[in-house]
Amino acid sequence: MATSTRTSSSLAAPRSRSVGRGTTRGNYELYSWVFMRASGVVLVVLVFAHLFVNLMVGDGVKAIDFAFVGGKWASPFWQIWDLLMLWLAMIHGTNGVRTIINDYAERDGTRLVLKLALYTAFVVVTVLGTLVIFTFDPCPADAPANLLASFCTA
Amino acid sequence: MTATLEAPAGDEQTEVGAIPSFEVTLKIRRYSPESEHGDEAYWDEYTVLAHGTDRVLDALHKIKWEHDGSLTFRRSCAHGICGSDAVRINGRNRLACKTLLKDVNPDKPITVEPIKGLPVIKDLVVDMEPFFASYREIMPFLITTGNEPSKERLQSAEQRERFDDTTKCILCAACTSSCPVFWTDGQYFGPAAIVNAHRFIFDSRDEGATQRLEILNDKEGVWRCRTTFNCTEACPRGIEVTKAIQEVKRAMITRAF
Repeated sequence: MATSTRTSSSLAAPRSRSVGRGTTRGNYELYSWVFMRASGVVLVVLVFAHLFVNLMVGDGVKAIDFAFVGGKWASPFWQIWDLLMLWLAMIHGTNGVRTIINDYAERDGTRLVLKLALYTAFVVVTVLGTLVIFTFDPCPADAPANLLASFCTA
Repeated sequence: MTATLEAPAGDEQTEVGAIPSFEVTLKIRRYSPESEHGDEAYWDEYTVLAHGTDRVLDALHKIKWEHDGSLTFRRSCAHGICGSDAVRINGRNRLACKTLLKDVNPDKPITVEPIKGLPVIKDLVVDMEPFFASYREIMPFLITTGNEPSKERLQSAEQRERFDDTTKCILCAACTSSCPVFWTDGQYFGPAAIVNAHRFIFDSRDEGATQRLEILNDKEGVWRCRTTFNCTEACPRGIEVTKAIQEVKRAMITRAF
């Protein structure tokens, strides 16, 4: 029934790292903590309004097609709405996962790899998403007219 | 010797109002690198006769004194003041001297382990130095400026009440070693250090609050608290530890904005 304790060799002694690694003080964690609360509240409004507008209003979920999305993104209001939602959700989520990695990764190497993967995913999704929102063409040239928003033919 | 002490022990069982006695099994996590078990921890079971008024510490004493002298644990006052004998009993951090056997279900074997997250030296004895290191870091002493007054530093009852809860800490490490964030890498300051910082930050006589908040506004400071309330549950003194940590957080936020 003997299981090994984690006391010997495998883990550094608690709080041993604080010696000689420079200060880890600063407002970074404070701001990140406040950001999580603030962005959480804003996201509740953004996400539920988004779901309501897309799924409940008018024809509801059946109305969603290329023309619906094209029509929405032709308006700067929905562009900014979706951009805000994308950025806040990505930063909020990434920061949350960063916290979880800090809490659960025991070795420095594991932590580094996990965080690199996390930040790569963050950059890819955020950059692609932002690009799509701003460069989206609601009326592509050779598309069949019945798939496009009503204002394209005008 | 008085007559009562010489009375035969067997008669006590039948006396009216006598304390009931029962057999209790303790399953103790042992670790002694110099023994044949080497660097591996292992479990030992002991069955002893205990009384209804006995605490876990009494059972540990009985084992050490009558069964196995190699069993090692810390205790000083044995009355819940010194904070030496914090151990993990049935998976919860408690003081062995404040836990009655009858309260931890003596029908089944009672597990006793060293507190988690600190290096085990032998059996139930852990190295408390990392714990005290983070305690020292928050400067647990009165910091003032100017001339010393020629009389006491006065304080109203309300001002004293503000930090009354956190003055009760006995530094037993039950809270810090119950904290899952501390278990992971041991870099977190831990609830006990924050509680003792709270005791001075909210003391009207102290002028070191800014320095202490600065120290705890660390990557490994109060912001690593996930409010799991393990510390509040573990505290043998009933300190509302998580609440104290949140109050320190709030003080930092109002200072920053």
